Amino acid sequence: MTDATIPAGASPQAKDSLLVPDARTRKRNASEARFRAYGLGAIVIAVIMLLILLFTIITDGIGAFRQTYLTIPVTLDAQQLDPSGNRDPEDLKKILTLTYGNMLNGAVEGVIAESGIQVADLTEKDVNDLISKEAAAQLRNRVLANPELIGQTVESRVLVNGRVDGYYKGRVSMASAALDGNTSPQQLQLADALKDAGLLATRWNWAFLSNPDASDQRPEAAGVGIAILGSLYMMLVVLFLAVPIGVAASIYLEEFATKNRLTDIIEVNISNLAAVPSIVFGILGLAVFINFSGLPQSAPIVGGLVLTLMTLPTIIIATRASLKAVPPSIRDAALGVGASKMQSVFHHVLPLALPGILTGTIIGLAQALGETAPLLLIGMVAFVKNFPSAPPEGLFDPASALPVQVYNWTQRADPAFIERASGAIIVLLVFLLCMNLLAIYLRRKFERRW
Amino acid sequence: MPVSWTMLIVLALAVAGFFVTRGRAVALADGDTRRLHSRPGYYGWNAALLAAVPALFVTAIWRFFWPGTSPTLISVVALALALGGIAFALSRTSPAFRARNAVESIVKALLILCSSIAILTTAGIVLSMLFETGNFFSQYSWTEFFFGTTWSPRFGGGSQLGMLPLLWGTLYISLIALVVSVPIGLFAAIYMSEYASPRLRSFAKPMIEVLAGIPTIVYGLFALITVGPMLRDYFAQPLGLGSSGSSVMTAGLVMGIMLIPFVSSLSDDIINAVPQSLRDGALGLGSTHSETIRKVVLPAALPGIVGAILLAASRAIGETMIVVMGAGAAARIGVNPFEAMTTITVKIVSQLTGDTDFAAPETLVAFALGLTLFVITLGLNIVALYVVRKYREQYE
Repeated sequence: MTDATIPAGASPQAKDSLLVPDARTRKRNASEARFRAYGLGAIVIAVIMLLILLFTIITDGIGAFRQTYLTIPVTLDAQQLDPSGNRDPEDLKKILTLTYGNMLNGAVEGVIAESGIQVADLTEKDVNDLISKEAAAQLRNRVLANPELIGQTVESRVLVNGRVDGYYKGRVSMASAALDGNTSPQQLQLADALKDAGLLATRWNWAFLSNPDASDQRPEAAGVGIAILGSLYMMLVVLFLAVPIGVAASIYLEEFATKNRLTDIIEVNISNLAAVPSIVFGILGLAVFINFSGLPQSAPIVGGLVLTLMTLPTIIIATRASLKAVPPSIRDAALGVGASKMQSVFHHVLPLALPGILTGTIIGLAQALGETAPLLLIGMVAFVKNFPSAPPEGLFDPASALPVQVYNWTQRADPAFIERASGAIIVLLVFLLCMNLLAIYLRRKFERRW
Repeated sequence: MPVSWTMLIVLALAVAGFFVTRGRAVALADGDTRRLHSRPGYYGWNAALLAAVPALFVTAIWRFFWPGTSPTLISVVALALALGGIAFALSRTSPAFRARNAVESIVKALLILCSSIAILTTAGIVLSMLFETGNFFSQYSWTEFFFGTTWSPRFGGGSQLGMLPLLWGTLYISLIALVVSVPIGLFAAIYMSEYASPRLRSFAKPMIEVLAGIPTIVYGLFALITVGPMLRDYFAQPLGLGSSGSSVMTAGLVMGIMLIPFVSSLSDDIINAVPQSLRDGALGLGSTHSETIRKVVLPAALPGIVGAILLAASRAIGETMIVVMGAGAAARIGVNPFEAMTTITVKIVSQLTGDTDFAAPETLVAFALGLTLFVITLGLNIVALYVVRKYREQYE
C-alpha cells in the first residue's frame, strides 16, 4: 500500500498514521477478538461440563467401593443349627435365616457387654438393627457351604445397616437419624463406640463387584455381579453375531455388489438404521423375539440379539471404510497371479483391513455396552437374585445388565441406592475406557498408510 | 437336548466333515493333489459348509417361527441335515469335481444373505409396529389418538390416550436441547477448525469426543441427581416457577450437553469441506478472520449445518434415558420450562415395562407411539442426509 495513487486530501484517513488504527479498524478487531472468545468459550464450556459430569459421578459413586463391616466372634451353636447332629446338608437347609439372625444378635450383644460400651437410651431394636438384614443370610450360606464350622466360634465380618454405613460416608448425620425410622442417634453412638473399640471399620468393598442385587431394604448388600455377567453374556452374543454378519455384509457391498436397485435399497437401509432411535429396537425385540418367537424375558440372548441389530450398522460402516482403504493394486496383484475374486478378498484384502475392522468392532461393542433403553422393554429391569449358569444355557437365564442396573437403582426410595448407581456407572465407565483405549492402541499399532 | 447344544454338535460335525472329505479327495487322487481340480481344502470346505449351513439355518428359522416345536425334533432334523450334507459332499467328491467354484458360490450366497439382514431388520421394525398399531386403532379411534389433548391411561378401561401432550413435551425438550447444543457445538467446531493451535486441538478434540462416548444412562443420572436438584433449588423455587426436580429444563439442558459433540463433529466435517480457495479469496480482499468465517465460510456451509441440526433434532426426539430420568412423567401442555412434562419415549417405556397385556389398548398404544417416533425421526434423517449429500457434492 502506498499513497501514490491516492490524490492528496481525497481520503479522510490520509492524515492518520498507519501505526495507529482508526476507529473502524478497532471495531473490526474488537469483533474479531469477541468472535474468537465465543469459540474458545464454547470449548471451555464443553470441557467444563465433561469435568463436572465425571466429577459428580465419581464423588457420588466412590462410596460404593467402601463398606462398613463389624467384625465379631459368632458362636455357631450345634444344638440350634444341627439338632439331628449328622451334618446332613439337607437337614441344615431346614434351619431358617431367622435362627442365624438371632445368633448374630446374641453375638452383637455379647460384644457390647464384653467391651463395656454404655450408650444412654439404647433400645434392643437399635442393637438388633445395627447389622444388615442380609448378614444372617450370608452367614447361613457360609455355614451351608462349609458345615465343619458348626460348633465353632468363628470370626465373622458382617455388614452393618445401610444407614450406619451412610453415617461414615457422610450421608446420614445425627440430626437426620433422629427423624429417621430406620436408625436412631443411639444406634450411631453405638456404632461410634464399636469403631473406637476397633470392631467396626469401613474398608474396601470387593463384594460390590461380585454380589447380586439386593432388595429395597438392604442397599448395603447390593452389588453388580449379575449385571456384569449379564452384560458380558450380551457382549458375547453381539460379538458372535454382529461381527461375522457385519463383516460379511460389508464384504459383499464393498467388493462384490454391482450397482443395482437391491444394493441401493440395502445401502439406504443401513444408513437409516444407524439413525433409528434405540428404543425402537427395543419395541422390535419385544414384538418379535419375545412375543412372536417366544424367547424368555430378561434373558441375555434377547438383549444380545437386539443389541446385535443395533450395532450392525456401526460395524458395517467401519468395515466398509477399512476395506475401501486397501488399495486396488493389492486386488489387482492377487487377480493377476490367478487368484479368484473370492480368494483375492479373503486371502489378501480382508487380512489387510483387519485392524480397522477390529477398531470399529470394539467401538460398536462399547456403544452396545452402554445402551439402556431397548433393554428396559425386553424385561431386563426385573429383580434377579440368582446368577445365570454358564453359556450356552446361561444365555437363556434371567440376568441384568450394567446400565439397566443403574436405572433400576435410581428408581428405589433409599438414597443409599444413588451411591450404588453411581458406583455401577464408574464400573461401566472403566469398562468403556478400557475398550476405547484398546481400540486406540490397535489403531496406533497396526495403522498403515498406503 | 437344548437347541444351543444341537448347534454346537452340528459345528463339530462340520469340522469332522471337513477332515473326512479332504482326506477322501486326497485319497482319490492317490496322494497327488495336482490331479485334483481344486486345492484339497476346498473339498473339505464344501463338506463343512454343506453340513453346517442348512442345518443351522433350518434350526434357527424353525426355532424362530414355530417356537412351540419340541427341541428333540429340531435336533434330530438338524443332525440329519448335517450328516446328509456331509454324505452329499462325499458322494460328489472326485478329482474332476470343481470344489472351489462350489464353495465360492455358497460363500457368495451367504454374503448376500448377511447383507440383506439390514432390510429384514427394517421390515421387522415396520411390520411389527404396523401390525400392533393396527390392533390398537381397531380398539381406539385414531383421531382421538392423534388430536386428543389428554393422556390418562387406566388399566381398568376408559383411558384417554391423546398423543398431543407427549408430542409437545418431546418438541419442547428437543428445542431446549438444540438451543443449548447448536451454538456451543457450532462455535466449538469453528474455533477448532479455524483458530485452534495444534496443541489445543489435540487436547480439546478428544475431550469433546469423550462426551460423545458416554452412555446416555450416565447423562440421565447426572440429570437426576445433580442438574435437577440444582435447577430446582437455585432457579425454580426462588423464582416461584415450580418445585419439581425433574423438568423440561433439566432434561433439555442435559440433552443439550449430550448433543454438543454430535453437532460439533458434524459441523467440523462440513466446515472443513469448504474449499480453502474461498477463505483465501476473502482474506486477500482484506477481511478479518472472523469476517471470513461469518460472511464466507458459514454461508457456504449453511446447508450442511442445517442438515447437522436436523440430525441432532432427530437424536433429541428419539433420546430415551435422559428424559425418563430427568423430565418426569406428567403429561401436560404448558410453557413453563421448570414444570415436569413427558415425552413419547418416556411413555413407550412406561407402557411396555412390567406386566403387559397385549390385548389392552393401554399397552398397544406404545406401538402406535413407537411408529410415530419412527416416522418422525426417519423423515428428519432422510431430509438431513439429502441436504448434507447435496451440499457435499457441491464442492467435489
